[in-house]
Amino acid sequence: MTPMVDVRAAHKMFGDLHVLRGVDLVVQPGEVCVVLGPSGSGKSTLLRCLNELEQLTGGSVRIDGELLGYREDEAGTLHRLHPSDIAKQRSRIGMVFQRFHLFPHMTALENVMEAQIQVLKRSKAQAKAKSVELLERVGLGDRMDHYPAQLSGGQQQRVAIARALAMDPELMLFDEPTSALDPELVGEVLAVMKDLAAGGMTMVVVTHEIGFAREVADHVVFMDEGVVVEEGPAAQVIDGPTQDRTRDFLAHVL
Amino acid sequence: MTTASSTDPVPNRIHARPVPRPGRWVAAVIVVVLAAMAVHGLVTNPKFRWDIFWLYLRDVTVIRGVGWTLILTFGSMVIGVVLAVILAIMRRSDNPVLRSVSWFYIWLFRGTPIYTQLVFWGLISVLYPTLSIGIPFGPEFVTFQTDVVITAFWAALLGLGLNEAAYLAEIVRAGLGSVDPGQEEAARALGMKESRILRRIVIPQAMRVIVPPTGNETISMLKTTSLVLAVPFTLDLTYATNAIGNRLFEPIPLLIVSAFWYLLITSIFMVGQSYLERYYGRGTGTERPRRTGPRRPRFGRQAAIKASGTAKDDPFLEVTP
Repeated sequence: MTPMVDVRAAHKMFGDLHVLRGVDLVVQPGEVCVVLGPSGSGKSTLLRCLNELEQLTGGSVRIDGELLGYREDEAGTLHRLHPSDIAKQRSRIGMVFQRFHLFPHMTALENVMEAQIQVLKRSKAQAKAKSVELLERVGLGDRMDHYPAQLSGGQQQRVAIARALAMDPELMLFDEPTSALDPELVGEVLAVMKDLAAGGMTMVVVTHEIGFAREVADHVVFMDEGVVVEEGPAAQVIDGPTQDRTRDFLAHVL
Repeated sequence: MTTASSTDPVPNRIHARPVPRPGRWVAAVIVVVLAAMAVHGLVTNPKFRWDIFWLYLRDVTVIRGVGWTLILTFGSMVIGVVLAVILAIMRRSDNPVLRSVSWFYIWLFRGTPIYTQLVFWGLISVLYPTLSIGIPFGPEFVTFQTDVVITAFWAALLGLGLNEAAYLAEIVRAGLGSVDPGQEEAARALGMKESRILRRIVIPQAMRVIVPPTGNETISMLKTTSLVLAVPFTLDLTYATNAIGNRLFEPIPLLIVSAFWYLLITSIFMVGQSYLERYYGRGTGTERPRRTGPRRPRFGRQAAIKASGTAKDDPFLEVTP
């Protein structure tokens, strides 16, 4: 089976700062992969490289077998893809941000409709029907005409999830989706994510929610200082870590 | 102290005497006296010739001058805005040639006096007696006499518009720069193309920062049009009133005529601008969302942008060099 995400020997430099130092990551279709690690470990950078918001300095990312950002010719030379082709690749990968990044000048409904119309060229009616369905699914059927500023953080993040799902992505990326939320609002977002996982969506989640990782993740990756320190099934990594660094980290967050 | 009324929910309400502020009264009296002296001097001094002022206030030449001044103001602002958006987008481009050209344009047109530029545009037909459409450095297909195509009016309009574009470009750039980069990133993650992101996501949010200083620039332009005599274009309000004043050997009342009209137009602009600013800086994002009835998306939309805090609030952000 072709893995949904296949990262090989990923390196990322920001100037002189070596953020990713040879990361390999394989996520199978339908799998939920949770990436844990202290801040500055490179986990968010890794996630942003999975949809070309950041470009790798070395190594490769394949999504569903397709090389991200480049075309490889017979001689093995890489050719950078045209921005519109990269945009097309991105449209198949949903991303949810820590700070939501909803479009403040559009209602919840318009936020979810926008890219369907602009990118997928769906008709307004089609886009609207899809958006209503998704907003109802994330429990916001009665908030569709609200602007983001009129919604709570948890509601905004659920709209952001609906906005990403509207593109019918084959992969969803979550970059600390609950870190900017008040504690009592975290649950509603995690519930939507659990529902999504149960529906078979392939997900890569960067989070500090160990409980969520233990309950939902098929596969947990622990990163530190730009490398994968330890990975495996959730129960193994979280409850029986073999590396000291993993144990230290878990002792601090649990 | 008397007993508080039984309905007062605050049983021990404070009834203190205010701090005495005699200085306030003194200052108010001094200012009122000075103002009265100024008005008295204005009204009673016969040299102001209020009779001539009233006579020429609605003179045909003056009214026509008001018309030309308005045409120049709005025409040059339209040229300025269109060019400014192009310059600001060039300034953000990845292409170093476009970036440098935009920088050079702004440097040149902001760095030389508008008067000099207007004289230059007036002399363009001396520099280039003919204009042609053709292949660069190659054959020419159509040729015009420059002084036929670029009349004094068009030279004035171009001169004002091209100069204004340099200032507005900086305002637009500040507006585009005020939008949270996360907005672009989110749109990019959805697979939107750069041009769509600019048009659908960035510009609508940048408008809040762009509109108030652009209103300011319009008011400023109204008065800058008085410089078009440098071209020379001789139909605008200042030229018209000066000409009458010189003919009558009565410059003062005609200056007041033109000042009156500029003030009146500026006042009308100011009302318009305050509506625009209220509209773009409106609300706190707590008003009820619309549910039924005609759609008025702009209103809640601007309030929402403001409330989201994704666009910086300072309209003069990075504008001044």
